[in-house]
Amino acid sequence: MALNYDQALEKYEPTLGLEVHVELNTNSKMFCGCATEFGASPNTQTCPVCLGLPGSLPVVNAKAIESSIRIGLALNCSITPFSRFARKNYFYPDMPKNFQTSQYDEPICVNGYLDVTIDTDEGPKVYRVDIERVHMEEDTGKSLHVGGATGRIHGAEHSLLDYNRAGIPLVEIVTRIIPGTDKYAPEVARAYVAELRDILRSLGVSDVKMEQGSLRCDANLSISPRNSGTLGTRSETKNVNSLRSVERAVRGEIIRQANRLESGERIIQETRHFQEESGETRSGRSKETAEDYRYFPEPDLLPIVADPAWVEELRVALPVKPSIRRKKLQEAWGVPDKEMAAMINAELLDTVEETVALGAEPTKARSWWLGEVSRLANEKSVEPTSLIQPSEIAEIIALIAAGELTDKLARQVVEGVINGEGNPSMVIEKRGLKVVSDDSSLMVAIEAAIASQPETAEKVRSGNIPAAGALIGAVMKATGGQADAAKVRELLLKHLGQA
Amino acid sequence: MSREIIHQTAAEMSAELASGNVTAVELANAHFDRISAVDGDIHAFLHLDREGALAQAASVDASRKAGEKVNPLAGVPLALKDVLTQKGVPTTCGSKMLEGWRPPYDSTVVTNLKKAGVVILGKTNMDEFAMGSSTENSAYGTTRNPWDLSRIPGGSGGGSSAALAGFEAPLAIGTDTGGSIRQPAAVTGTVGVKPTYGSVSRYGLVAFSSSLDQAGPCARTVLDTAMLHEVIAGYDPKDSTSINAPVGKMVEAAKKLDVKGMKIGVVKELAGDGYQAGVTTRFNGALEALLSAGAEIVEVSAPSFEYALAAYYLIAPSEASSNLARFDSMRYGIRIGDDGSRSAEEVMKMTREVGFGKEVKRRIILGTYALSSGYYDAYYGSAQKVRTLIKRDYEAAFAKVDVLVSPTCPTTAFKIGEKSDDPVAMYLNDVCTIPVNLAGIGGMSLPCGLAPEDGLPVGFQIMSPAMKDELMYQVGGTLEAALQSSWGQPLYASAPTLAVK
Ligand SMILES: [Zn+2]
Repeated sequence: MALNYDQALEKYEPTLGLEVHVELNTNSKMFCGCATEFGASPNTQTCPVCLGLPGSLPVVNAKAIESSIRIGLALNCSITPFSRFARKNYFYPDMPKNFQTSQYDEPICVNGYLDVTIDTDEGPKVYRVDIERVHMEEDTGKSLHVGGATGRIHGAEHSLLDYNRAGIPLVEIVTRIIPGTDKYAPEVARAYVAELRDILRSLGVSDVKMEQGSLRCDANLSISPRNSGTLGTRSETKNVNSLRSVERAVRGEIIRQANRLESGERIIQETRHFQEESGETRSGRSKETAEDYRYFPEPDLLPIVADPAWVEELRVALPVKPSIRRKKLQEAWGVPDKEMAAMINAELLDTVEETVALGAEPTKARSWWLGEVSRLANEKSVEPTSLIQPSEIAEIIALIAAGELTDKLARQVVEGVINGEGNPSMVIEKRGLKVVSDDSSLMVAIEAAIASQPETAEKVRSGNIPAAGALIGAVMKATGGQADAAKVRELLLKHLGQA
Repeated sequence: MSREIIHQTAAEMSAELASGNVTAVELANAHFDRISAVDGDIHAFLHLDREGALAQAASVDASRKAGEKVNPLAGVPLALKDVLTQKGVPTTCGSKMLEGWRPPYDSTVVTNLKKAGVVILGKTNMDEFAMGSSTENSAYGTTRNPWDLSRIPGGSGGGSSAALAGFEAPLAIGTDTGGSIRQPAAVTGTVGVKPTYGSVSRYGLVAFSSSLDQAGPCARTVLDTAMLHEVIAGYDPKDSTSINAPVGKMVEAAKKLDVKGMKIGVVKELAGDGYQAGVTTRFNGALEALLSAGAEIVEVSAPSFEYALAAYYLIAPSEASSNLARFDSMRYGIRIGDDGSRSAEEVMKMTREVGFGKEVKRRIILGTYALSSGYYDAYYGSAQKVRTLIKRDYEAAFAKVDVLVSPTCPTTAFKIGEKSDDPVAMYLNDVCTIPVNLAGIGGMSLPCGLAPEDGLPVGFQIMSPAMKDELMYQVGGTLEAALQSSWGQPLYASAPTLAVK
């Protein structure tokens, strides 16, 4: 019988390490002036350099070096005074030069750490993740396999190559083995990537969009029998495109490896690809025979000598750490831990903060984003922030506060904005959703009601207050139910001399 | 020989153009006529760009007519080694691999030539990817030495040197990784300069060995070479190894004709056994001439040079194995075996099997081995250490002398086929030129006479410290003038006329 997660953990201990690739958001590529915009037509953002044409030469993007150093500093790394690019030699059709210009034994940042907190059975616990190195490299192009059933290289009729991505600056952040994660390995992995992503976002060095591949995580995982003091054979899981997937991939790999060992099979050292639908990993390239990349220093580039004074300037200018910022926000907003955690888990903290900065009350901003907007986003399987802007939510919240929208009407406004009917005021205008509280427009309706029912009006004038009900009803009908009934009553009685 | 316009020096042609005695179009046509007449025998050119050359010549003529200030070399024809990209013009590097490839961009050298109004006649033959010393490794046939058509014109830039010696062009561009400018110059009685590494942009130079490759000027005289040097050199932000410093005054140096008080060091290790008697005789004769001109001649030892050849044949193939990886048929060049049944990997393999010649494969294998894990330290790592030692030898020597000199190569031009089955014998041809590349300094070869035993040109090498290339022009110019006055004419004037067929 197959072991489940808990059973697997009873017998085996996991060993986890993570490699994260970050696409920097520089305007131009790592070694040429080509644009880096995502989603451009294939091969329109290329030149002799990033196509690796004979005779072309690389020139380092200074901004990419700055971003890499800032990342290293934010991760408590040492910035090496002298670092170098190296060539990693291997053949692949989407790699224009058949070597990747990367860093090998002389990376730009080394020996850092990142602390992450997760919820355990014993309460919150901090794990220190040691960072071995942060280095720069260039991305490869993309292959598109056409024909065949799978869209994979095997069985494809032909392949198309898009070199727009070739040469986009990448930073690779490599952890050491993260000790003592045990059954929390999946949570630690997720928390690490989440924290790293927040740091990178706060630095403004990357779009950090996992679904678009601007942040990619490879999870290295092995298991060994409890208390054996040995290390198992590791697999490297790629294609992990969301935080949730990071957690699922690690969990799935632990179960897969445990069941393999249970059935007497050995673990193969290989690359595995995470399958979003099943939560399982699929076998990829074998790494049983260690590939020899024949690294050597890139002769076309000079070594990078980081001026200590400049590094110090960059260090001083680093933004507040996300963990500290979160603490400050929580204090300022006065929200309980649970609500704070909900915002962080939903990845809506920045959005809520932005909404609050636009004048919204924190609890209101939180409840709109985590409530109605998240619900609609779930229905559509998209990110909440792709549906509506913080400025629009802030505007809606302000209108409710001013009494111009009821919660019920506000939900219709949100729906309208999401449907592409324009910004909130346009939706209110088009759908005619505004609470009719404007005295003059209500007075028009009241006078019309009086004119159509003169006898009823006379009764009210003479003191028969309950008779006003018929007139109020007529006003409400005329305003499509959007008038505040109490306000109508007040105005009507006043107009008929009864207030 | 009856002196025609094609026999003039570039400086003389420049004067004729400036005075209006000849137009750039006439000059280009005179050279195309010469090429038609003799290149069937010499085979210096792989491709002629008549249309582009005549358009450039016409534009220069128009500029001159309009009284615009132009570069002295505007309108002077040039032969371009087929390893530098020229937009829209076939660039093969002497390899079948790149057959039919027309680069979409100009190398910086070509940009500079075009800007100066130099008329590029066409692309010259070379050993495949600049690997060789004879042009016998070209996929498009061997170039022949105009001095003796049964002999090699040197390599890898044999097409450029033969074009100069055969009066098919007064100027040429070569590239020098271990001697590919200087050795061809030596064996064809012409002048070739490898500038300081980083002083001429490598952008658009199809890389053989990135840390050693350097493009440079070739011509029949020291002055012409200096004029061309000033056109092509200069800082280029597209080449990260380019040196950001002003170009030295090479022309001024070439015209000084004065070496009084200069100290010239003779490298002890680059002489003796293995050097042809006539080479030694002519080399010593040149030293006499320099002594008479007022220079002080001293002997200098460079003990690490002994290891230069071995280090070179680890570093250059290592870098080449990586540089040549991009030729995989995916984006340009030939493609073999793509019949719909094979994977991309199989097509890559088949293309590389067919596209590369024997010598290129030999060096890729050598370099791949030297970089392999477990061997890296012993081979590539040790070679880099030797490189440092050679640099130190030069530094020590240049602390004592202004320039160093040696024969350019141990022998005169050998017979075609003589060494093609013996790679080590072929490699030994570059024993004097290689240390210069390993140290990144400047080197020049100029003719110092004909060897008495075979009547073939002998090359004299001058080496100058990094970024002091002017010194070799000063010494070279002085030596050339002294020797020519003793001969009564330039050496190239005694080159065979080559019967026009
Ligand atoms: Zn580009």
